[in-house]
Amino acid sequence: MATSAAIVKSNQSKKPDTITIAYEHPLIVRVAHWLNAVAVFVLITSGLRIFRAFPSFGPKIPQQNFWVPPSGIALGGWLAGALQWHFTFMWIFVGSGLMYVVYQVVTGHWRQVLFMPRDIKGVWPMARHYFLFGKKPPVEAAYNPLQKLAYSSTIFFGAMSFLTGLVLYKPVQFWWLTWMLGGFHFARIWHFVATCGFVAFIPGHLIMVLLHGWNNFYSMMTGWKRDPEYLD
Amino acid sequence: MPDETQPAENCPSQAGAKESVPASETAEAPKPLDADGEIPPVDEPQQEQPAAYASACSGPAGEEVRDVTPRERGRINRRELLKLVPIIAIGAFAIPKLQEPLLMDGLALSDWASAKLFGRHRLEPTYSNSEVAPFDRFPYNYYDVLDPEVDLDRWTLTVEGLVKRPGEYKLQQIQALPKVVQNTRHVCVEGWDVIGNFGGTRASDFLRSVGANLTARYLEVECADEYYESIDMATVLHPQTLFCYEMYGQSLDRGHGAPLRLQMPTKLGYKQAKYLDTIRVTNVLKGGKRGYWEDQGYDWFGGL
Repeated sequence: MATSAAIVKSNQSKKPDTITIAYEHPLIVRVAHWLNAVAVFVLITSGLRIFRAFPSFGPKIPQQNFWVPPSGIALGGWLAGALQWHFTFMWIFVGSGLMYVVYQVVTGHWRQVLFMPRDIKGVWPMARHYFLFGKKPPVEAAYNPLQKLAYSSTIFFGAMSFLTGLVLYKPVQFWWLTWMLGGFHFARIWHFVATCGFVAFIPGHLIMVLLHGWNNFYSMMTGWKRDPEYLD
Repeated sequence: MPDETQPAENCPSQAGAKESVPASETAEAPKPLDADGEIPPVDEPQQEQPAAYASACSGPAGEEVRDVTPRERGRINRRELLKLVPIIAIGAFAIPKLQEPLLMDGLALSDWASAKLFGRHRLEPTYSNSEVAPFDRFPYNYYDVLDPEVDLDRWTLTVEGLVKRPGEYKLQQIQALPKVVQNTRHVCVEGWDVIGNFGGTRASDFLRSVGANLTARYLEVECADEYYESIDMATVLHPQTLFCYEMYGQSLDRGHGAPLRLQMPTKLGYKQAKYLDTIRVTNVLKGGKRGYWEDQGYDWFGGL
């Protein structure tokens, strides 16, 4: 967004040969993001392998398959292997997820990510800009309403995966949670739905990362973003 | 949220930003030049206070903002990248030699947590008769043969290990103990589940009757079809853990494990050994004999 205003600004307001950088992603957020990225990849692919063992949401007899995931995208080789991946990376997933959520709550940073009712009106203009080449709405904050919706959704799907996963893993020990989620069968469906949420988020997220280029991507590694838009 | 944090007075970037692009204007709107075409001198104060360039300012959500030289930026970025280096350790999972031991550690961690989580007195909810699946919808699951041709008339249960009265026990001796009938959920590691009706003797009652050392760690079982299992004692002593000899009010049929099987609503299906032949109370599992499926990679605790 190199507008003439920005040029005026950079000519006038900065010492020659300096770059404006903003610390957007604190270390704990970056660590959580990358650990979680790996964990989500492993959990989805191993989860598909687990689902192959009984690709149905109905009874065993008679079995009616819902969808058999292709072996090529399923991790672990066989059911036991997939369970090993799943039961190992669930700790990394939940650990990094809790680390992120606790940090956001404690620091108050959740305010810049959590999608609120007042953000609703900003979603469509942003979506129109990205998908229908509409005019770009003004940048006012670190995250636009569409980003807030996407990121808040992943937190929701993460929490949903965690709670439904607890029920699938320990339906007796967490019998009250099993009961709240409508029983073992429904927990299995909700666990799958939460996975679909991640599967829906990831391609859009990756496309946006590609479209926004190196500076944006690099900031999720170093924390610092060069010339953030909200300072233009 | 764009909390309207006022930029610090000495914040060069933001002071410039606020003046050149008021919040009400779109970013595309260029700042109008003065009538005579000169760029307005918006940054006078900064020239008076050059030290301000390096000071911390903040973005809309309190992000720290700095003006740095390319060299400084490179140094900051390198330092921050180094902090992420430990994450590369997770790549060890991609190294074939390390992968299996690491996954085994993960499985051991999960089993440890499962055992910690296990409530000795926490009961699986039982179900009404109307929720029980019809008998012909209760799957027969087996690993080798559906019927290992146990001689039911001459069958005895061999009891070994840390017990005061080891030996051979007839089915009638087991059935003489109090009978428990329960409608509980049978969950397969594959993901399916079925509610069944099971009748039998509490494993804890039987172990007490043979004078077993209930502080021992495991119950090992061997089956007529060469299947084998080992169960943690806490689960064995759980009030819903049965030596099961009946399903749906009938003697256990051969496919479901006649004459005696384990039935534990707090364990996955592969722990519920059928066609029981020998049970052994022990503190030490036979080497490499934790369970038929467990020795091939399934988790040992298998708890629900």
